[in-house]
Amino acid sequence: MSPSVLAVAEHRQGELRDASFELVTAGRELADDLGGDLHLAVIGGDTEGFAEELSLSGVDAIHTVAYGEEFNHDVYTQAVVTMAEELEPAVVLMPNTVNGLDYAPAVAERLSLPLVSDIVGVSYTDRFVTTREMYGSKVETTVEVGRESVALTIRDGEWEPTEEPGEPSVDEFDVEIDEDAIGSSVTGFEEVAGGDVDIADAEFLISVGRGIEEEENIALIEELVEATGATLSASRPIVDNEWLPKNRQVGQSGKSVTPTVYLAIGISGAVQHVAGMKGAETIIAINTDPNAPIFDLADYGIVGDLFEVVPALIEEFQ
Amino acid sequence: MKVLVTVAEVSEVDEAFEVSGTGIDERYLEYDLNEWDDYAIEEAVGLSEAGVADEVVAVTIGPERSEETIRMALAKGADRAVRIWDDALADQDLLDVGTKAELLARVVEEEEPEIVFTGVQAADDAFGATGVALAERVGYGWAAVVNAFDLDASGGEASVHRELEGGIEELTDVSLPAVFTIQTGINEPRYASLRGIRQAQRKEIAPKMLSDLGLDADAVKGELELTEMYVPETESDATLFEGSAEETAGQLAELLREKGVVA
Repeated sequence: MSPSVLAVAEHRQGELRDASFELVTAGRELADDLGGDLHLAVIGGDTEGFAEELSLSGVDAIHTVAYGEEFNHDVYTQAVVTMAEELEPAVVLMPNTVNGLDYAPAVAERLSLPLVSDIVGVSYTDRFVTTREMYGSKVETTVEVGRESVALTIRDGEWEPTEEPGEPSVDEFDVEIDEDAIGSSVTGFEEVAGGDVDIADAEFLISVGRGIEEEENIALIEELVEATGATLSASRPIVDNEWLPKNRQVGQSGKSVTPTVYLAIGISGAVQHVAGMKGAETIIAINTDPNAPIFDLADYGIVGDLFEVVPALIEEFQ
Repeated sequence: MKVLVTVAEVSEVDEAFEVSGTGIDERYLEYDLNEWDDYAIEEAVGLSEAGVADEVVAVTIGPERSEETIRMALAKGADRAVRIWDDALADQDLLDVGTKAELLARVVEEEEPEIVFTGVQAADDAFGATGVALAERVGYGWAAVVNAFDLDASGGEASVHRELEGGIEELTDVSLPAVFTIQTGINEPRYASLRGIRQAQRKEIAPKMLSDLGLDADAVKGELELTEMYVPETESDATLFEGSAEETAGQLAELLREKGVVA
């Protein structure tokens, strides 16, 4: 084992994703702790172009595997495992994105490495010490790893992306992809958030979450939307229940929004939701739970029962 | 065709709670069926009702208390259940992904299902990795974060949608046997009917200890150690409006007018 870090870049539909640049920052920090090098794996798509873009400060080497255009978990698993077997890094670092969740556990299994997923912090002195959240971000935990090598996935948005250029070596990594072992094939992509309203354009969003309790209570929020001329959006549980259509969903798997005012009603502020709304200019939250994570982000708040506050607010505008 | 669905009982935390040591004091915890697994059960039972699945088997790792949760799966239409537990498991603070995958793999090897459904993640520890690790361990195909599932049983293939970030779905074909980790919203989980609940009482929940699975206590000694748990310091610098509902609504209305978003 060498004290190096192998981080796996992510791209989709011809573009590197933000996670790739955050991995460089996290990977460099860990490589510094270990006193080793940071290697990047770039698999599929325009590997040459991606390698150029990823020639960043702190990266020592980039290894490309020109196989396929888009992410395929079987290809990624094979390529990363082969690379790790040759480089013997102390850490295989992957993003905790939807695609990360689709291959990181397989990589860890095949390399017999312990996996710590969705970490928000990590350091190494004499062992790996990671920080994770549990119970929907209500607590943080420290998880220590009893091995000298580990597979980690990092949460999006927790590390600043590296943008400063650097001069890593770039090479084509020689890996024979076993095509018989590819059990899945990506046949296309579909955009699902279309529809009549684009919440991404709205100046004033009133967003409703699980706190609304019942489908018929949505009418109360609609009344407020009507009275204020706002646009209605929602967090995931509302859309999962089909109380509002998918094009209203704010969050990681929905839309990212940047309104002047975002009024979150009955939304606790799960990390996947926050990913989509933190760009709002002013965030206001109404929630019964004073410890709800949404208040960490809010500029203004009311700790109270939405079924009392919202009717009073409607009255203000009638 | 046999379908296996993994079910986890998760702990949920009250609004107010205290951390004691590396856990949350039992007084502040409630136990429930993991939300993601509820959708996984529905997907499995749906295949049974469509006449595609001959048998739906639910499997869980959990103490006797968790039988209440697994009975939910039986009440919703699973045919029988397997519950894995052992004193050696009770001693662990944190079951790592590899350990869970190993336990479930033994059951998969015994049952030989063609399809395994799991939830994307568990609401409490949120590793989000057991399903894919399990697939790899038993040599099955897989797809993670599935929000639409279409089976071609005779062709031995499933066409799925994977929910990517930003409102994009990936369309993927996966050869069976395979593990699918199910995202919320893929279907509408049913409520257990009274009849279902009554029937569930008579369905089998087979207890399995490590020795029944051909394992010993060493197999569950994970490589992760939970050394600290704490409530993160609040970073809130929000201005809170105080008073009655009318008073707070009045202040909020004023703010919205100031910001120029409401006339």
